[in-house]
Amino acid sequence: MAMTMAEKILAKASGNKESEAGEIIMANIDVAMTHDLTGPLSVESFEKIGLKEVWDPEKIVIIFDHQVPADSIDAANNHMIMRKFVKEQGIDNFYDVREGVCHQVLPEKGHVVPGEVVVGTDSHTCTHGALGAFATGIGSTDMAMVFATGKLWFKVPETIKFEITGKLQENVFAKDVVLDIIGKIGADGATYKACEFGGETTRNMSISDRMVLCNMAIEMGGKTGLVEPDQKAINYLKGRSTKPYEIMKTDSDAKSLETMYVDVNELEPQIACPHNVDNVKPVSEVEGTHLDQVFLGSCTNGRLSDLRTAAKIMKGKEVSKDIRMLVIPASREVYTKAMEEGLLRTFIDSGALVCNPCCGPCLGGHIGLVGPGEVSLSTSNRNFKGRQGSPDAEVYLSSAAVAAASAITGKITDPR
Amino acid sequence: MKGKVWKFGDDVDTDIIIPGRYLVLRDEKELAACVMEGCDPEFSKKVKKGDIIVAGKNFGCGSSREHAPIAIKGAGISAVVAESFARIFYRNSINIGLPLIEVKEISKHIYEGDIADINIDEGILKDLNTNEEFEIKPLPDFMLGIMEEGGLINYLKNHLEEIKDE
Repeated sequence: MAMTMAEKILAKASGNKESEAGEIIMANIDVAMTHDLTGPLSVESFEKIGLKEVWDPEKIVIIFDHQVPADSIDAANNHMIMRKFVKEQGIDNFYDVREGVCHQVLPEKGHVVPGEVVVGTDSHTCTHGALGAFATGIGSTDMAMVFATGKLWFKVPETIKFEITGKLQENVFAKDVVLDIIGKIGADGATYKACEFGGETTRNMSISDRMVLCNMAIEMGGKTGLVEPDQKAINYLKGRSTKPYEIMKTDSDAKSLETMYVDVNELEPQIACPHNVDNVKPVSEVEGTHLDQVFLGSCTNGRLSDLRTAAKIMKGKEVSKDIRMLVIPASREVYTKAMEEGLLRTFIDSGALVCNPCCGPCLGGHIGLVGPGEVSLSTSNRNFKGRQGSPDAEVYLSSAAVAAASAITGKITDPR
Repeated sequence: MKGKVWKFGDDVDTDIIIPGRYLVLRDEKELAACVMEGCDPEFSKKVKKGDIIVAGKNFGCGSSREHAPIAIKGAGISAVVAESFARIFYRNSINIGLPLIEVKEISKHIYEGDIADINIDEGILKDLNTNEEFEIKPLPDFMLGIMEEGGLINYLKNHLEEIKDE
């Protein structure tokens, strides 16, 4: 039977030869990730089941990234609950406050390989599909089931494939492509579907850029993001993972496959305007919007390539006196390389604040919150009302290039 | 289930239901005190046990935070009725035993303050103020099983060995 990549991975995970969209299957989980914010609820739910031991400590990864270092006694308590769990269960794959954002650290440390099923108690777990894994966000009670049994049920999703073609203009990036797609199909345009990104433009993108596409799949309701693994994916895995893996690809005649064609030749930088990610406008329509804060970072755009792009634009210039800019590298690896390449120096010289790797203001629960009436431009993934602090603040989303150009002028600026 | 209706729009996201700054909390009552604060800071004071939320499409979009359905359930809401639900919120709610009811175009036909009467067995939602009846989209059998056993934790306690052997 002709199948999509999602169907093939879920068939294998459930011990079947075939699986078909709509079918409910019980999948064996290869990687189960939780973090400091949703982890304590997962542990609490696991304890309610009454089991003493998790199914397989080697397949569990725990990363602290949302509130690092702890900014309150409540956060410190949550960290303590997780450290205790790690010790009790003998979990070796534990990354305390020092490592960075889960969706960057997980692939960097080789936990993600093609053809596996990855679940995480974080909605942006779909990021890992950039390496050809079926990766999806789940809640804490679902995670308790995984901790207990190593299994989780799924409805096999249909696939919507975005066939992306054309050459991106200078200073137009993967973020602009995916915002454009979300603006077109809406915040629920891909609900319950696997969002597969293909076409020559995707094939020409780096793994980092493919992560941006997959990361935003949830913002159109997608169950996962996926990119067919190629030599670039294989090269990325070298030196990172020793796990065996299987590369699976979508058959073009798969029954549950729907294709959407996207041409990016004429695409200009895109901005998601308050308060929904699908409220997308070309930068020319919102240019000049006054800003109070610019945030460069997150699991969407806090990678080395983003910092390079921003530093290139900001070198020798100064962040507008009217605003503050936060630069938060997505991981320790990114942080170190950015330091070695002199990027951090560029940011510091320009007057930006460089913070430790963490989620930062993305979810409005840690550092860099915005106040009532303030306007934030952010390279992260959500601009919901109240997302970065006050419900009376506004959040715009953009690429790293738009963020850097806008930090200099203090208003939304086209980087081209 | 019978309760007073509170109306919300389309795309009610998890940051509206429970803003990120409260995710350090885990207690149902503490979370309930902040429920829907993103769009109505007074909501937790107004809502009464048994009340029903009625919303448009894509309710619960965004984060995987289970704090969102926990806060709604903790506030005493007996069911959330919407035209459609976001995927992770949907699973999380069923898993903790918060009934979700999918009804086509419901937000056009029901008003805030109306009394809604939901009969899951018969698959009917009735607006007692207008006597209009609406058809409920049934839950898949597998999820209904979890719901009927009081959520996923109870379901697991009852079926742990079968699942492990599957």
